[in-house]
Amino acid sequence: MAAPELHRFTLPNGLRVVLAPDRSAPVVGVSVHYDVGFRSEPEGRTGFAHLFEHLMFQGSESLEKLAHFRHVQSSGGTFNGSTHPDYTDYYQVLPSAALERALFLEADRMRAPKLTQENLRNQIDVVKEEIRLNVLNRPYGGFPWIWLPPVLYKSFPNAHNGYGDFTDLEQATVDDCAAFFDTYYAPSNAVLTVAGDFAPEQARELVERHFGDVPARQVAPRPSFAEAPPTSELRGVHKDPHAPLPALAVGYRLPDPATDLDGYLAYLVLSGLLTDGDGARLQQRLVHRDALVTDVGSGCGLFGPLEARDPDTFTVTAIHSDQVEPDRVLAALDEELDKLAQAGPSAEELAKVTARWAASLHKEHDRMVSRTLGLGSTELLFGSPELLYELPERIAAVSESDVVTAAKALRPDARAVLTVAPAASADSTTDLPGGAA
Amino acid sequence: MTDTVTTQPVPPHRTAEEIGRTPLGPRPLPPLGEQRPAGELSSVDTVLPNGLRVIAVRRAAVPIVEVRLRIPFGSPSAADAPGHAARAEVLANTLLTGTARRDRVQLDTDLALVGGDLGTVVDPERLSIGGSALASGLDTLLDVLADVLTGAVHSDEETARERDRLVERITLARSQPSVIAREALQRRRYGDHPFSVEVPEAALVAQVTAEQVRDLHRGSVLPRGSVLVLVGDVDPERVVAQVGGALSGWAGQDAARELSPLPPVVGGDLLLVDRPGAVQSQIRLSSQAIARTDPRYPALQLANMVFGGFFSSRLVENIREDKGYTYSARSYLEFTPSGATLLVDADTASEVTAAAVLETRYELGRLGLVPPAGEELETARRYAVGSLLTATSSQAGLASFLANLAVAGLGVDWLRGYPTRLAEVTAEQVAQAALEFFAPSAFTGVVVGDAGRLAPQFHALGGVTLP
Repeated sequence: MAAPELHRFTLPNGLRVVLAPDRSAPVVGVSVHYDVGFRSEPEGRTGFAHLFEHLMFQGSESLEKLAHFRHVQSSGGTFNGSTHPDYTDYYQVLPSAALERALFLEADRMRAPKLTQENLRNQIDVVKEEIRLNVLNRPYGGFPWIWLPPVLYKSFPNAHNGYGDFTDLEQATVDDCAAFFDTYYAPSNAVLTVAGDFAPEQARELVERHFGDVPARQVAPRPSFAEAPPTSELRGVHKDPHAPLPALAVGYRLPDPATDLDGYLAYLVLSGLLTDGDGARLQQRLVHRDALVTDVGSGCGLFGPLEARDPDTFTVTAIHSDQVEPDRVLAALDEELDKLAQAGPSAEELAKVTARWAASLHKEHDRMVSRTLGLGSTELLFGSPELLYELPERIAAVSESDVVTAAKALRPDARAVLTVAPAASADSTTDLPGGAA
Repeated sequence: MTDTVTTQPVPPHRTAEEIGRTPLGPRPLPPLGEQRPAGELSSVDTVLPNGLRVIAVRRAAVPIVEVRLRIPFGSPSAADAPGHAARAEVLANTLLTGTARRDRVQLDTDLALVGGDLGTVVDPERLSIGGSALASGLDTLLDVLADVLTGAVHSDEETARERDRLVERITLARSQPSVIAREALQRRRYGDHPFSVEVPEAALVAQVTAEQVRDLHRGSVLPRGSVLVLVGDVDPERVVAQVGGALSGWAGQDAARELSPLPPVVGGDLLLVDRPGAVQSQIRLSSQAIARTDPRYPALQLANMVFGGFFSSRLVENIREDKGYTYSARSYLEFTPSGATLLVDADTASEVTAAAVLETRYELGRLGLVPPAGEELETARRYAVGSLLTATSSQAGLASFLANLAVAGLGVDWLRGYPTRLAEVTAEQVAQAALEFFAPSAFTGVVVGDAGRLAPQFHALGGVTLP
């Protein structure tokens, strides 16, 4: 992929800035990534990083409650935020006339958010509704991202439920919010990304004008979340009162993408070979030939590839009939991995995966939201927004032997297996997140 | 997880009050700059000799081409609607499982080698085939598309396997609260009209034979009345010729069958549908609206924005940001064969469901009686214009938007002129639309939730039929 023009600089207060001008449509994307996610929240405060993300929309020194939404939308823009294991992002995509306004809004809440008791109580209620909607009141809610980590990981940062336990959420205080903001939301712990329709000199001047006087604050060094990979097969069961069919998720550890990116990308290719399209190996074997599962998928990262630091997870998930024992699915998975490890993929299989990745990266680049967020997260996690444009080539360079190496590492004695047991009669209200393992 | 909770030292920090103010104090919001208009779209909109309408648009930011094919696929009769829905669902799921020239794996391989994907989905109105590929692979994409349209075999083996999977997937779909609520709303609005049958009955799907699917394909997958949209790094004139060549073998005298017209939605009591043990309820309201071609449409769209059409709306600010009853509340227009309807959706915890219905009714009434004006209206207007610009700034977004316009008989011209039409709407027109289309008495709907917990409150509130 032809790399677009990229400009990077750092303000004196430590804020890293990425500018990616592109005049092809009169639209801009503005995002801020803060280097804190739910792996950093303290014990007893599960779900706090996400709750805090909600509070960042509730007003700041120059913006009353609701003003942020109104100013973005009355400029014709859209917005959102999301909380990941290692970072929290905020974005707006707007007609380019609103560029300065978007920068103003992000700078104001980076400088002086209004953290009030009233907004905290209101957003605890909203977050609880979000969890009821996405987890408690639906089949396969939180599968596998909430239920697999406590089986695969031991330490609290890696294993706990990032949506949070209701009890923990309700105990959150305004002072917790103040401590969290001062600890993690410093300019030197953030990346600002501006993409789309602007002149770089003008954007740089606007960034300096609005973010230049956000005071610098010291940030403690980021702790390591490293833990040893499993040395046996770990098993866990999650009872799902709404699920009509059993499901399983298999989790393996991935290479550290910061130190072994090509090793990590081999798993991206392996995932394509296993489950992307009707011709993929697990689709052929599990869905069509043996008819063991209704659907099967696999992938790097619980929220997508290259969205977390080490340790990160490779997953295989399947929904299957209750006539099929999970071990039959696992045995077929292991056989297919073994075949790949023995004979490797064909050149045509690799070409298919490479072409589909190239097309999908082009499509992501074409959507202003995903382009802006992708540049910001690769700068934050890997110090290199250019990486986004090197990926097609690096994925194409993954060789047959790289895939063989990856497939060999997905061993039964170094993985976690989570099974989802339908429990039609269970009392759903007792099944709160955070209750697993 | 670890068993012991360790108390972690809280680092030194400012108080929330100290964080929320700076020596300089609040700062003024910067004004908007001058907006550059979107570039002119180079496009062709034409009908091929086989009756297929083709819309091709150049948008070359990335070397991709997006395709969207929409084939009207209505049931021949109300009596046959459940059977038709079952056969149509199996057809959609076997369309890409093999042709005379390619088996299932070969179809996937040929698409994958040009970075391509195709998918099919069917609803009571139409069969939709959509996908994309690297622009350099457009020939292959069109060749595969032509191959499945004219040569899909729907073999006995693939039909049997897909039928079994569908039965499981239907079970999965019907366990989703959103699907349960949608089905209840469709029955409430349209009774036995074929439009209500969005998810077929598993028992009927299990009886579908490959022969029936092949018959349906021959008789109903027809170019006349269908529309194909292509957007991407292509030359529109050339691409139309390419499509004409590739799809020349797709023919049929009859036109694809449109869904029969819908009866208008009539206001009435909400129906409480019991879902025992549910911790959250689905509120789904609906009323009759008007099509995009109606001169009142831009005013209706702005009235809807202010009601619940975006985050800065009265409904969201009331039941989410003020009261915390919900994470998701919204209102939107759904375009139907005979016009459009308004829908209001909210998911709320059981203990506040009746209160959320009360607030929703209040906001419906207030929209007509205290209509939007001034900054509230201008916010909605700028959002309507701006979000259209951003939604259609990607190839995929533009392709999907044009496909939605095309099935209503509209095209690129409608999109081009719409920002001006929005700019010209007066506050009086919006007030009129609010009064006419948002009257609480015009709405019917359903609430799905734990009736044991909800019934006493709804009995007191009134206007709700209890199970």
